Amino acid sequence: MPNTALKVDHVTHYFGGLRAVHNFHMELPQGVIWGLIGPNGAGKTTIFNLITGVYTPTEGKIYFRHNKHGNEVTEDITRYKPHTIVSKGIARTFQNLRVFNNLTVLDNIRIAGHFRIQYGLYDSVVRNRKFKEEEIKLREEAMKLLEMFNLHSRAYTLAKGLPYGELRRLEIARALATHPLLLLLDEPAAGMNPKETEELMDMIRWIKKEFNLTIFLIEHHMKFVMGICERIKVMDFGETIAEGTPEEVSNNPKVIEAYLGRKK
Amino acid sequence: MSGKNSIMQNIVRFLKSRNGKILIGTFIFWLILYPLNKFNVMNNYWMHVVNVSLIFVILTVSLNLINGFTGQFSIGHMGFAAVGAYTAATLTTLVWKVPSHGIVAYTAFIGALLLGGIAAAFIGFLIGLPTLRLRGDYLAIVTLAFGEIIRVIINSIDFVGGPRGIPGIPRFSTFTVVVVVTVLSVIIMKNVIYSSIGRALLSIREDEVASELVGVDTTRYKVLGFTVGAFFAGIGGGLLAHLVQYINPLQFGFMATIYVLIMVYIGGVGSISGSIVAAIGLTFLSEGLRFGLDKLNSVTPFPVGPEWRMVIYSVLLVATMLYKTNGLMGDREFEVLIPEEEDENAKHSA
Repeated sequence: MPNTALKVDHVTHYFGGLRAVHNFHMELPQGVIWGLIGPNGAGKTTIFNLITGVYTPTEGKIYFRHNKHGNEVTEDITRYKPHTIVSKGIARTFQNLRVFNNLTVLDNIRIAGHFRIQYGLYDSVVRNRKFKEEEIKLREEAMKLLEMFNLHSRAYTLAKGLPYGELRRLEIARALATHPLLLLLDEPAAGMNPKETEELMDMIRWIKKEFNLTIFLIEHHMKFVMGICERIKVMDFGETIAEGTPEEVSNNPKVIEAYLGRKK
Repeated sequence: MSGKNSIMQNIVRFLKSRNGKILIGTFIFWLILYPLNKFNVMNNYWMHVVNVSLIFVILTVSLNLINGFTGQFSIGHMGFAAVGAYTAATLTTLVWKVPSHGIVAYTAFIGALLLGGIAAAFIGFLIGLPTLRLRGDYLAIVTLAFGEIIRVIINSIDFVGGPRGIPGIPRFSTFTVVVVVTVLSVIIMKNVIYSSIGRALLSIREDEVASELVGVDTTRYKVLGFTVGAFFAGIGGGLLAHLVQYINPLQFGFMATIYVLIMVYIGGVGSISGSIVAAIGLTFLSEGLRFGLDKLNSVTPFPVGPEWRMVIYSVLLVATMLYKTNGLMGDREFEVLIPEEEDENAKHSA
């Protein structure tokens, strides 16, 4: 497929003797929102960690299509380190928030732009024009992003002083500050009430359009997944047990069994 | 005419800026203490204490860069200071045999000081590469071991005097030199901290995994922070050697590192200001107690000697950890040390 953004090619991963993921295969087209669901311990977050380079798969390969000097290339990113993968254009959020608590909201965003910074140690010591121009650019970009997420009034607050909902927004904004092509969201609706979940769905649709992204997300909240995802993959005990549109998946007996147990 | 005016305006603008205030403050500090010593109002002993306290500012801020800003618990700092001290002293005293006066001698000294810093940075880089994979206690143990290894190696090199050390080092670290080098070092470290590189270091302290996953090459920046810290430890060591005029390996032992470590933690992790205050304050407290305890000895029925200094020190550290967990300054800074563009309040008033 020419417009595949991410190809996870029959990936298997072991933690010691435990097979966390078995033969996971996915070809994620550009510009879609797909979901990954499954009971606790199914291996969903492991998939994210494999894609982002936190773990290296025991078997299988991962390919990512991105821009390299203006040309679209598909690159094997299986053995890359996480920070390299981020620079290729894959960003993620975490299941349990991982913002930099003791830093300001603005710094949280600016750190995500660090790998694009061109100046070095020498430039920052002497504070030359190159340093100043890049710093201004980085700050303006960060403030613009904060404004989009309605966090600009909080720019100089320490992140730990933010309420939960704003922390969630900050984490997504931080991921977007790395200029991703593909955004991985790990349980974005965790801990949200129905109204907040509703708003989050609108926000994710807006982000996708605004930043021209491909989105792949993990979620437990069924209404959320069914409402936003075009296609869903279902995992249980490391195996892919079902795949399809929300309707197909929700009527699949295997899925119902995995979530609710077998009918006696 | 207008050209001359704009130059004047630029100078005035610089002096009104925070860096300008640091410059003016330093100059006033020098202007008060230098004549005091010259006309013997303040004797050489107290001048020596001032110099030592300023050198400890360099050592403390540089250790804070590693422990406080990058969050890598290192306790081998004096090992790097030893490399700097021995490199600089070997060059000036044993290799170049420079005279103790004159411009050429001072140029040679500055060169030796820089080479000492570079040597320390290089050793820091070599040690940092393999050890910075470790975390917490493990890293602490390994850095402690490397600090001791450096000391033991120096101890066994005959050329630098082995355990006898190097005597007769020319006294290049005058008050003026120490003030200039200290202020420059602090400004350079401050500039590194308030840059994208500094923010990358801070993000590693906050959450290494998250840092890596927003694109920070954590291994690279941990080593970088370690190397820069080691460089300034080397500069501090070099200055110390040319102030005390005699160095031996024992001066750079584990206890000396602990001394600096206490300054970092009492001053506040992640605060340059705290490190400055603690380094100066504790050096003076330590010297003051020398006299204070002696006086106390004549009053109390039981003997109280100067060795009780260490007890008071420990009590201070425990008290700080119990009642002021973040140290004197926590994450706060004196206003002059924060660049204007990073300060919300300054931005609004400008």
